[in-house]
Amino acid sequence: MDFFDRFAIPHPSPVIYASMVAIALTLVAIVAGVTYTKKWGYLWREWLTTVDHKRIGMMYLISALLMLFRGGADAIMMRAQTALPENTLLDSQHYNEIFTTHGVVMIIFMAMAFIMALMNFVVPLQIGARDVAFPRLNALSFWLYFWGAMLFNISFVIGGSPDAGWTSYFPLAGNEFSQSVGTNYYMIAIQIAGLGTLITGINFIVTILKMRAPGMKLMKMPMFTWSALITNLIIVFAFPVLTVALAMGTIDRLFGGNFFTTTDGGMDMLWANLFWVWGHPEVYILILPAFGIYSEIIPTFARRNLYGYKSMVASIVLISVLSFVVWVHHFFTMGQGAMVNSIFSITTMAIAIPTGIKIFNWLFTLWKGKITITVPMLYSLGFIPIFTIGGVTGVMLGMSAADYQYHNTMFLVAHFHLVIIPGVVFAMLAGLTYWWPKMFGFMLNERIGKLSFWLISIGTCVAFFPMFISGLDGQARRMYTYSEATGFGIWNMISFVGAIMLAAGFVTIVYNIYYSTRYASRDISSDPWDARSLEWATHTPVPDYNFAITPQVNSSEAFWDSKKNGHKLFPGNYKEIHMPNNSGVPFIMSAIFFVLGFALVFSIWILAVIALLGIFACLAHRSFEQDHGYHIPVEEVKETEEKLGGARQ
Amino acid sequence: MKELFPRKQVMGFVFSLVLTIVALLVYFLDMSFAVGMTVLLLTAFTQAGLQLIVFMHAGESEDRGSIYLNIYYGVIIALLTVFGTLLAMIWGYV
Ligand code: HEM
Ligand SMILES: [Cu+2]
Repeated sequence: MDFFDRFAIPHPSPVIYASMVAIALTLVAIVAGVTYTKKWGYLWREWLTTVDHKRIGMMYLISALLMLFRGGADAIMMRAQTALPENTLLDSQHYNEIFTTHGVVMIIFMAMAFIMALMNFVVPLQIGARDVAFPRLNALSFWLYFWGAMLFNISFVIGGSPDAGWTSYFPLAGNEFSQSVGTNYYMIAIQIAGLGTLITGINFIVTILKMRAPGMKLMKMPMFTWSALITNLIIVFAFPVLTVALAMGTIDRLFGGNFFTTTDGGMDMLWANLFWVWGHPEVYILILPAFGIYSEIIPTFARRNLYGYKSMVASIVLISVLSFVVWVHHFFTMGQGAMVNSIFSITTMAIAIPTGIKIFNWLFTLWKGKITITVPMLYSLGFIPIFTIGGVTGVMLGMSAADYQYHNTMFLVAHFHLVIIPGVVFAMLAGLTYWWPKMFGFMLNERIGKLSFWLISIGTCVAFFPMFISGLDGQARRMYTYSEATGFGIWNMISFVGAIMLAAGFVTIVYNIYYSTRYASRDISSDPWDARSLEWATHTPVPDYNFAITPQVNSSEAFWDSKKNGHKLFPGNYKEIHMPNNSGVPFIMSAIFFVLGFALVFSIWILAVIALLGIFACLAHRSFEQDHGYHIPVEEVKETEEKLGGARQ
Repeated sequence: MKELFPRKQVMGFVFSLVLTIVALLVYFLDMSFAVGMTVLLLTAFTQAGLQLIVFMHAGESEDRGSIYLNIYYGVIIALLTVFGTLLAMIWGYV
């Protein structure tokens, strides 16, 4: 029995037992459903082994939406617990586990997956490529992320969730104070998903640098592609720091290392330092794709080209450097002297400058534009004021002396939600609605979409503005309850109401997907928004090979030029097309990573060694495999093109 | 015959062996921490550069520009991170 004891949950409750049953039932239902409809072969051939960037993008999308609901459920529980003073809905341990899970799930498994989803789907189309540079690595990225996320998500029913915050500061996260396996899950699941992210980073840099359509100079790339390039550059330089920090943390926890301990020469503050060396660039990894998305949507619906293209590029390049030199602002209060804090205060405030430039460029694009208010445009317009409030309070936090007052209070929580929600969630929903017709061949319902927008944006303000007040009044973050005498009750109650509105908003999004899938017209053009960049120049649904003829580009809005100024986008004739083969190795190898992770979490060494051998076997298989892809003959291309709506000019 | 002999690679290989031996000496010879560290840092960076240029052909393709740009960017970020960390964790700590 000893062996199995370790899988027990240290701190069980009826809700958790109910979740176990629910998870088990869901798994059984899925397996039974797929077996019953005889879809295993289809699932394997078309999805699990695919290397197509569009399908990988869709799988990221589904995972991101699932994670959004997982993280959202956590959020509602937290807000419900704090809605009333001395509430007993959750005890302190559960509250700790829930805010930790919420943070990790939202940042690593929801937001990151969402940006990966849109980058995967859009970037190759936008640059006129057939796929990414390394399609199979791309599949590996996705499956590593997926299995990492799964590993993290089983923690609350097997062995216990991490409870040291999404920042997982040592010494709290060390063995002495976090005895359950929870923090092992944190260290290892994020590590696995992070490897996937790093691989994507390299993959997309190469894709964007090497595979652009002829004529697309760097300064003629669409803004979303630019922001994807810079995002991936930041990923490649920031994620290794996380990898190393997590490895050191793992060594401390599993093998008795002393990197972050308070004794034997360890330095606990070094974890905070390394975490934020990655963590601050990470927030820009999240926000830059959002900037890119808005820079696509605003010109489309303002019917003007983007104002200040060059300054937009310059500001994201500047951000890519500045985002690496501000991290100390996350621990101004850790005890370093005034000189250090001043240096990092100044760099922090400097980063607001390029961000401000972008805001003004969007405003100038809107100015004198012929604006049509669609759902993507609504999100973009809502983003500007809310994000500005978040950003301005960020500058307040960036003043180190003042931060002694704000740090670790609800004020901080208000700040980062008011940048991340309009910055990431709005952008992703805007992008989702905008590119949805390209992905699925029909449009999402605009009326329901507008309802979702209003619920979500008003909900955001109602949920997070009160935290500025209670935070300034001294309510610390991550406290599971407070007494009535503090007077925080009313603010938390308002905040709870906002959280309910947000939840309602997300439910309407799901309803919208359901409703539009059933009722929306399938008879739409391949360019329903009258947009400007190349992804709209191909058919809907997008054929496997994206473009039958490689597009010829002469400006940053080549498609617009071809519609309005007679630019010839697709010169020449059909040629044979070379495509990559599918492969099951990424899926299998990542599944073995999951097993390895599980074995490490619970220190089952024999299993870990076996899994490691399995991973090496997969690597070896790849090294010796001969795979030259396949060719689509000209006749087939012609046939597909005619079926999808006639030859293109 | 002269074209066939990979002179540059062989020289590079020998040089990288020398660098490794020098680095190893830090362990076997008795020197102060500061001297040892300096030797290690110098040999490590030279070694990395050597590998990149001679064996990973950093400068031999049309992508020379973006490869070097990436390397410079990486070096700058690494230096900022390392010195920033030293500043925040040790020098500026009171
Ligand atoms: C105008 C630009 C910004 C400035 C000046 C700024 C400044 C700051 C500062 C000084 C803190 C630390 C405060 C404290 O711990 O007391 C902070 C926290 C945070 N910021 Fe920002 N920020 C900015 C933009 C953003 C953006 C764009 C995002 C994300 C998309 C973001 C996400 C976060 C997060 C997640 C935290 C809290 C992390 C934690 O402790 O759990 N910030 N910000
Ligand atoms: Cu920051």
